[in-house]
Amino acid sequence: MTNTKQKYTLDLITYILLILGAVIMITPFLWMVATSFKLPADQFTKTLIPNPATINNFKELFGTHLNFPLMFYNSFLISGLVTIGQILTCAMAAFCFAVVNFRFRNLLFTLLLITMMIPSQVTLIPNFIIFKWLHLIGTKAPLWIPAFMGGAFGTFLLRQYFLTIPRDLVDAARVDGASLLRIFWNIYMPLSKPALAALAIFTFQGAWNDLLHPLIFLPAVPNTTLTVGLAFFQQQITQGGKYTVLMAGGLISILPLILVFFFAQGQFIEGISLSGVKR
Amino acid sequence: MEYGLKPLGKERFWLLLLLAPTLIGLILGTFGSILATIVLSFMKWDLLSKPVWAGLENYTALFTNEKFYIALTNTIKFSAMYVPGVVIISMFVAILLNRKIRGITIFRTIYFLPCVTSAVATALIWNMIYGKDTGILNYIIQSLGGQPICWLCTNNAMISVVIVNIWGAIGEGMIIFLAGLTAIPREYYEASKVDGANGAHQFFRITIPLVTPSIFFVTLISTINAFQAYDYIYMLTRRSQGDSSVPVVVFSIYRNAWNFFNYGGASAQAIELAIIVIALMAIYFWFEKRYVVYE
Repeated sequence: MTNTKQKYTLDLITYILLILGAVIMITPFLWMVATSFKLPADQFTKTLIPNPATINNFKELFGTHLNFPLMFYNSFLISGLVTIGQILTCAMAAFCFAVVNFRFRNLLFTLLLITMMIPSQVTLIPNFIIFKWLHLIGTKAPLWIPAFMGGAFGTFLLRQYFLTIPRDLVDAARVDGASLLRIFWNIYMPLSKPALAALAIFTFQGAWNDLLHPLIFLPAVPNTTLTVGLAFFQQQITQGGKYTVLMAGGLISILPLILVFFFAQGQFIEGISLSGVKR
Repeated sequence: MEYGLKPLGKERFWLLLLLAPTLIGLILGTFGSILATIVLSFMKWDLLSKPVWAGLENYTALFTNEKFYIALTNTIKFSAMYVPGVVIISMFVAILLNRKIRGITIFRTIYFLPCVTSAVATALIWNMIYGKDTGILNYIIQSLGGQPICWLCTNNAMISVVIVNIWGAIGEGMIIFLAGLTAIPREYYEASKVDGANGAHQFFRITIPLVTPSIFFVTLISTINAFQAYDYIYMLTRRSQGDSSVPVVVFSIYRNAWNFFNYGGASAQAIELAIIVIALMAIYFWFEKRYVVYE
């Protein structure tokens, strides 16, 4: 009897704490949505329901000199290319590490894992110098070319998944005379769709949300990414302007990822869990 | 571990081809760049005139450079608050969610939302929330009878930035802890209950030891993230000419290279940052060997 009572109290406390936390987590988003539908004159009112509501902020956003459609397109193109590059090159390497037996395999894999711990700032300056020497600063190239050179995180994630695919499949295919490439492309790739999807989502999200790299390689507004554009826009607004329009911009920039998240939540969760399991 | 296919005949060539992007990335991208940064850190170069050999000058200059000293202390202060904050809060949330309650998916979604959205976009609204005269946070504080706080002024900016960064990171930590917690066999708890263990006992003797791999992993990634934290700090505290009221080392590197064209000095700072991170990682892995329990 006391046991069930105790359980109810514990449950109640759990709910109260979780709801309290959830309010803190979600309020900024609700506030952003609310502000983006308010009249500029109401931008600092403390109500969550805009009254009156307006969609003028969104119209005005696309009318600014910032050229939001162009920045949207740039972000989309760069993130798409980065995702393709990472999926392809990381899967290729992960297949070798998980399936093929070759010399220096463990050494190479360890080296790759070590690079995960090196702060990316260390490689930033030489990269900048190389791309400057190639006259590619101010183009999208420096933002997506490196994605076609593999990566520690993606390779590690896919290798973990590849290792769970039964080896009998490989042996059977080998008996049938399948080549290495066939095994990779016709067995491992189709069977790894969940992991590939998880990596795709992560990579796209990382590229879409990146600020530091576009700030260095593609800094000139308006031909830049959404993140740099929004940062620039914010600076202008703080000197006196409509926060409502700024929030409309913020909302539009996060909307694609929120939609992806709602439809592919499982993949997100699986991806993180996969990266967190023991090595 | 002798697992794996042996490549046959010309398959060696295909193997090399599959590995080629990663090898190029490792040799040119990562290790080549690190080497280049080390070489650059011994030079004076603005990318316009010819580079001049400077020896250890960039490094000795760091010792007397007050701005760098401030940046380094800020980075350390930031990490010292951010890392434990992320680890403790995300573990706490995961433990609550692991109590087999209803609505777990909804909670998980809400807590994870900041991890999906860009720091740049969410910082826009945090900037408004933190507003001194117009922000909702001070409005709440004042309606509770408190004094308004200038959240983003120099004195308070650090803690405000740490709060937002933790807010943005606990979702990911929570998922990692949840994966670790659900992997603990239920029988352990049932067996200890038979032996008369209470809740606190179970928590410290079963949950904590078996969740040490997750603690280690979350600590590791949040440390790496802490030393590279940039987006929220840039969006919430930047001033003119690339300065900030919470200048961290990444800020200092960026500013030296791209505002002052002092690429040698910036490289020396980047190397310092890397050495600190690598030293920390070595300490972490030493702790892992001694204290982390893998089943």
